[in-house]
Amino acid sequence: MAGATQDKDTSKAIVRISNLSKVYDGGHTALKDVTLDIADGEILALLGPNGAGKTTMISIICGIVTASGGSVTVDGHDIETDYRHTRSLIGLVPQEITLEPFETVSRTVGFSRGLFGKRADKGYIEKVLRSLSLWDKRNDKIVTLSGGMKRRVLIAKALSHEPRILFLDEPTAGVDVELRKDMWKLVRKLSDDGVTIILTTHYIEEAETIADRIGVINRGELLLVENKDTLMQRMGKKQMEISLHSPIDAVPDALASYRLERANGGSTLIYTYDTKAERTGITKLLADLNATGLKLRDLQTRQSSLEQIFVDLVRSSS
Amino acid sequence: MNTQAVWAIYRFEMARTGRTLLQSLVSPVISTSLYFVVFGAAIGSRIEEVDGVSYGAFIVPGLIMLTVLTQSISNASFGIYFPKFLGSIYELLSAPVSFFEIVIGYVGAAATKSLMIGMIILMTAGLFVPLQIDHPVWMLIFLVLTCVTFSLIGFIIGIWADSFEKLQLVPILVVTPLVFLGGSFYSISMLPPVWQTVTLFNPVLYLISGFRWSFYGAADVSIELSITMIGVFLASSVAIIWWIFKTGYKIKS
Repeated sequence: MAGATQDKDTSKAIVRISNLSKVYDGGHTALKDVTLDIADGEILALLGPNGAGKTTMISIICGIVTASGGSVTVDGHDIETDYRHTRSLIGLVPQEITLEPFETVSRTVGFSRGLFGKRADKGYIEKVLRSLSLWDKRNDKIVTLSGGMKRRVLIAKALSHEPRILFLDEPTAGVDVELRKDMWKLVRKLSDDGVTIILTTHYIEEAETIADRIGVINRGELLLVENKDTLMQRMGKKQMEISLHSPIDAVPDALASYRLERANGGSTLIYTYDTKAERTGITKLLADLNATGLKLRDLQTRQSSLEQIFVDLVRSSS
Repeated sequence: MNTQAVWAIYRFEMARTGRTLLQSLVSPVISTSLYFVVFGAAIGSRIEEVDGVSYGAFIVPGLIMLTVLTQSISNASFGIYFPKFLGSIYELLSAPVSFFEIVIGYVGAAATKSLMIGMIILMTAGLFVPLQIDHPVWMLIFLVLTCVTFSLIGFIIGIWADSFEKLQLVPILVVTPLVFLGGSFYSISMLPPVWQTVTLFNPVLYLISGFRWSFYGAADVSIELSITMIGVFLASSVAIIWWIFKTGYKIKS
């Protein structure tokens, strides 16, 4: 399932956001008329720079922030009028580490389960703690744990009441590579178990690796939401790297129309082309290169990454 | 009703009391004992009986009220302020729990702790002076209502405060002076007429007076008035908390 991007049917949306907006008391507009359906069982990654509105959106759905306009339903129930039902389905892992420092791991996780109306279940809590490598730390006070362990505790708290929807607000910010990969593994496992996952992240690699769909949000506006592969196919540009036998000081005038970039001190030329275009121009470029007398050593092509797509989108929206 | 949530909050808060047992329970006992040594034995032996009761015994209800009021406020205010300070309040706000249930959990725990302290002080007082409780049921009713009411007030302060300094401000600057000037250590009949009238504007007087009546059958103001005043406090606190949760004041943005 790693990196799988199968299409989920958004007509069976478990979260339905309609024309959601939020203007804070100080006048700052955090969300502008956002409409989004999140399919049952999908992994949706929300990408966006700081202050884009990602956390505000999550906070509204979870009940922490009040919307200024629009509506949200979870499992067909309104988050305002039927908050008991909607919130009981949701688990939230916040961005900041916010834990009572002098509590033990098991007590704080047990507290979360009770808060969500579930009876104590030592077996389930043990399963959650073991899955997060926290079992050995269950009697330790939070204050004695490392930053990574504290983040695991936050996840354990969010999972303590067996949620159907899990919000992860920048879950891997500031954690080491090992923990990040552990978390990705956990996300995939939860997704396999049918949990819908919505995560916000700064790490494009994270979205690229685990998400089914990707939403890009900037300045409170949802710029797009699309299946990851479709997005990369639709918006992705390809590049061809041409390695030369001898470096050149400047691109010959005869090749000016190709807008080639010089790299590696002039020993590489980079040609960017659109995969959707009827003609890529590769054949003609190669012929023109030959005509200029440049000798080629190697050729390779690569797809532009999600990061480039994201940067392009945010730049154009700004 | 999400009783599991109420129980979870209550137990979580009571566990905090357990962790700070020494500070929570031993400290009020020591300070009360000191009051008895100073006011009861040293100074009290030179003061004649008040309303037919020895001075040492007379101050017992006032001392209990002094501690119960301050403890109720500090327990409840800290209980809700700490999650706000840490940011862990997000969990309360995102849980399927009504504001009413949140209040029951926090205020219930704070009031329980204050009640425990009140009872411990009562027992400690028994070591220094012979205890006399004419109306034990009323004594308990007054004590419970006071614990609940002032825990509600503490909860309001905890929501309002945005620093530890503010958290201490109301108990130190308002509650303690009102308790001291509300007849904890004297009957208002011992004051000049003008100050007797001024004291009638102190709401805490009615609590202490009613509570003392349950011990010795004598009061500065009528028992009906005392009960009415506790009812007014309780209703006002509930109304303010209802408004806080309705508007999300200092909780939700």
